[in-house]
Amino acid sequence: MEHIRTTKVEQVKLLDRFSTSNKSLTGTLYLTATHLLFIDSHQKETWILHHHIALVEKLALTTSGCPLVIQCKNFRIVHFIVPRERDCHDIYNSLLQLSKQAKYEDLYAFSYNPKQNDSERLRGWQLIDLAEEYKRMGVPNSNWQLSDANREYKICETYPRELYVPRIASKPIIVGSSKFRSKGRFPVLSYYHEHKEAAICRCSQPLSGFSARCLEDEHLLQAISKANPVNRYMYVMDTRPKLNAMANRAAGKGYENEDNYSNIRFQFVGIENIHVMRSSLQKLLEVNGTKGLSVSDFYSGLESSGWLRHIKAVMDAAIFLAKAITVESASVLVHCSDGWDRTSQVCSLGSLLLDSYYRTIKGFMIHEHIHSCQFGNFLGNCQKEREELKLKEKTYSLWPFLLDDQKKYLNPLYTSKSPKFTVLEPNTVSFNFKFWRNMYHQFDRTLHPRQSVFNIITNMNEQNKQLEKDIKDLESKIKQCKNKPTDGILTKELIHSVHPESPTLKTSLCFKEQTLLPVNHALRTIEGSNPADNRYSEYAEEFSKSEPGVVSLEYGVARMTC
Amino acid sequence: MEFSDLIRTGRAQAKLLRGPEAPPLRGTLCLTGHHLLLSPGPQATSELWLLLLRSVDSIEKRVASDSGTITLRCKDLRVLQLEIEGVEASLDIARSIEALSSLESVITSFPFFYRPKGLRLGDAWHFHPPERYYKRVARETNAWRLSEVNEDFSVCPSYPRAVIVPRSVDDGALARSARFRQGGRFPVLSYHHAPSGTVLVRSSQPLTGPQKRRCAEDEELLRAVLLGARPGARGFIVDTRSSQAAKQARMTGGGTEAKAAYPGWKRLHRPLERGQPLQESFVRLVEACGDLQQSTDSWLRRLEGCCWLAHVKEALSTACLAAQGMEREGACILVHGAEGTDSTLLVTSLAQLILDPLSRTMAGFQELVEREWIQAGHPFQLRCAHSAFSHARSKHEAPTFLLFLDCVWQLGRQFPLSLEFGEGLLLALFEHAYASPFGTFLCNSEKERCLCEVRTRTHSLWSGLNQPKERRKLRNPLYAPNPLAIWPSVELQSLRLWQGDPLPQLLPWGAS
Repeated sequence: MEHIRTTKVEQVKLLDRFSTSNKSLTGTLYLTATHLLFIDSHQKETWILHHHIALVEKLALTTSGCPLVIQCKNFRIVHFIVPRERDCHDIYNSLLQLSKQAKYEDLYAFSYNPKQNDSERLRGWQLIDLAEEYKRMGVPNSNWQLSDANREYKICETYPRELYVPRIASKPIIVGSSKFRSKGRFPVLSYYHEHKEAAICRCSQPLSGFSARCLEDEHLLQAISKANPVNRYMYVMDTRPKLNAMANRAAGKGYENEDNYSNIRFQFVGIENIHVMRSSLQKLLEVNGTKGLSVSDFYSGLESSGWLRHIKAVMDAAIFLAKAITVESASVLVHCSDGWDRTSQVCSLGSLLLDSYYRTIKGFMIHEHIHSCQFGNFLGNCQKEREELKLKEKTYSLWPFLLDDQKKYLNPLYTSKSPKFTVLEPNTVSFNFKFWRNMYHQFDRTLHPRQSVFNIITNMNEQNKQLEKDIKDLESKIKQCKNKPTDGILTKELIHSVHPESPTLKTSLCFKEQTLLPVNHALRTIEGSNPADNRYSEYAEEFSKSEPGVVSLEYGVARMTC
Repeated sequence: MEFSDLIRTGRAQAKLLRGPEAPPLRGTLCLTGHHLLLSPGPQATSELWLLLLRSVDSIEKRVASDSGTITLRCKDLRVLQLEIEGVEASLDIARSIEALSSLESVITSFPFFYRPKGLRLGDAWHFHPPERYYKRVARETNAWRLSEVNEDFSVCPSYPRAVIVPRSVDDGALARSARFRQGGRFPVLSYHHAPSGTVLVRSSQPLTGPQKRRCAEDEELLRAVLLGARPGARGFIVDTRSSQAAKQARMTGGGTEAKAAYPGWKRLHRPLERGQPLQESFVRLVEACGDLQQSTDSWLRRLEGCCWLAHVKEALSTACLAAQGMEREGACILVHGAEGTDSTLLVTSLAQLILDPLSRTMAGFQELVEREWIQAGHPFQLRCAHSAFSHARSKHEAPTFLLFLDCVWQLGRQFPLSLEFGEGLLLALFEHAYASPFGTFLCNSEKERCLCEVRTRTHSLWSGLNQPKERRKLRNPLYAPNPLAIWPSVELQSLRLWQGDPLPQLLPWGAS
């Protein structure tokens, strides 16, 4: 709290960054220990978590006040105008401090209290059981086993305690291999494809330099290939561009020499590193934050950011991996430099293509859990760090909250009954990669489609369920009636139950949806579609001006009648 | 001339490749005056395959030692490949297709021979008569009347017989106003917006010329338009050219309305691309879509370079501007460019779609296309003679109508519940505008259609599309009538390339 100098500023303007003629909302800005809150004159609240703030900028003073621009990590950009420069300066300084919390303990997740008791909290954390997940994949089995080598984080600090490795890989081999791998991240099982008996393994780059070898590492790779009874050849995918991998050799790192490892096929995939990705995303956001973007600005910006190119590269790599398993039944070892960014992207996307279970909501949570990390779920960088932070005692797990609210996240078109798509084969032709507007413009409502197909289909699904239930009810009624002796009652009751005005039909969801449409002829718009929100032309301003001749005439008339 | 003179070889054995989804077809290839047929042989399970020759846009032939390969690129952007046995036969067939697909005569075209089962000639030509709409407006407003001044097409050859004009302006004045407008296209009503009581009017450019000529009757006509809305109403002239281009037009006899001559009217310039540059944009777009091997960067560069989405954005925002003027400002709108047969119609028809819930129904949209494109004199025969593949390009082609359909598709994407018809109808209209067994899109104007007796000798597309079986396929299952105006977002992030179906069709496959 010591960072907060001003807790409340009135008469602050919030600008809409895509609207015409600097449309704005006026309201009050509040600064709390965890959030920045803006309440406009319609009592609409905008909450911004300090932890979400990526960048705060104070722009040059204008006649209407001091502009304060806040960029959030969730791609929200808010533009305030604070009437007094002093207030703006105070808020700016407070936000600078508050958004740069160095210690984990200061994070909101540690003070967040969603009214769960301890046992509920514990259950939340237990929702995802990794051992259970490996069991689902069919591990351990005759070729793969749980290793206790890293139980005390002695071999690799950034790996979890429980790791699955080939049964024939002994502890000395594992230890030896880990010494030959960057950050000690030796090859471990990431995903096991039970049907093809092939595995996706992951690790970091070998410390091979120009010529160094490690027999244990070579043995471990051989153990992985031997753990696959169908295809002895395994792929080693280096997800870096070849040039980067070669440059690493000079630093004593590098990539596997095919001659030293038996039965491997080595392959570069060429995904750029996080630094390139970060600046690419920044470029993308910069371009898209511009008001009144022209077509060529948009596309040359999209092109020069390279964002879609990176997405395609990751997708292509995942497809390569999935094909190696489904077509050749070959195991694949994936690595990059440290084996925690690009490797995670490729392994996780690959297993999503392969395994339809990860495309269910529970499966996807487990999937995220395995691959990104395990409210407190995404805090800390590895299991060891998370244990030290005592996350499970001090914070809440995100998953039960998502599950409780899962209707919001379910895809109404999802079907699990399509055998054709057990393995997904996305088409990666360039024009299939689109700019994800609803992610990068999540908070710019004026850019979104004005009617939601998602809502209507979800409603229809629910209506169908209701109707199916009605059918069952009616059928059971018919059965009951048939058992009754008198025919008169049967017909009477049946007529009553299928009458068009039966209560279920009256409350039909589609019907409800239609009456919800705002029929207001004074403002003929739908779901917020409003010509004033869109810049159709620089002439829009012309419209509000009357012809000078007409004005003076009206003025004259008014004078005369007075 | 007989078709048989052009058919050198009528038959050959061939294999047809239709795309990655459809399996190749083998059988006997037959060439008739209007069609290419492939009969798969008696024991085959698949049906006869048929292609209207008129829909072939470009043809490419290659020969090997004992066979030939013909690649047909169609006007609806499909790409087909025929492998034909015998070098001579394949060359003959290629030459015949080339000759037959480029025949210019209207009255020997297929619609004059097409006699489908279940349809009677002349039936559907009154499916959507514009007169019905005009009569309704005249009745409701009491300020407009139907005029038969163009009964014999002598006042304006590109207008239909019936037009709707201000009640206070007589036919003599209309004829004089027509002489002051290019092609005789004097201002006529396009749409009456009942909620605000204002009207959308369209015309061609005034022939002011370098001397800045004026025409009292033309000025009177536009004054009557404003008075008909309400006393003191304002008007905006949306000129679809830049102000510089409009000024330059004076040198060739055209021009634009002088401010002093038309009190109450204010001119706004919204340059829209047309003609040759629009056609080139379309050609470049299709080229870019055909290249499957290109990198993401190169794809984005080409998408940007072809400017197609910029044209979509401009057309939509100009239509929104016109709609906004009527709905929010209570102003009357006159739209024109030069000839008033292309970008003018694009703007007026889109503005109606935004404002008028009726035009978003299946029947209403067909009526809109009939009234604002076909009857309004968009020269379909000239504009749609060739599509994106043809090398033999004259200077009249332009995909203005396709641009309209694309804009409608964008509206449908942003308001997925508000259009009664689905993408299917838009695709069907695209296909039929370029090549069709029906007579609806034949010729350039109502006058020409009368000369060719299109109404009595061909079938209407509307009767084809409105058969219950067809209709079902064209409907939007999510449609929920909505009485409000639909204001689309025209930001780039909200527009998307329409690749629903026409584009994947042109992906080349198995090019061996």
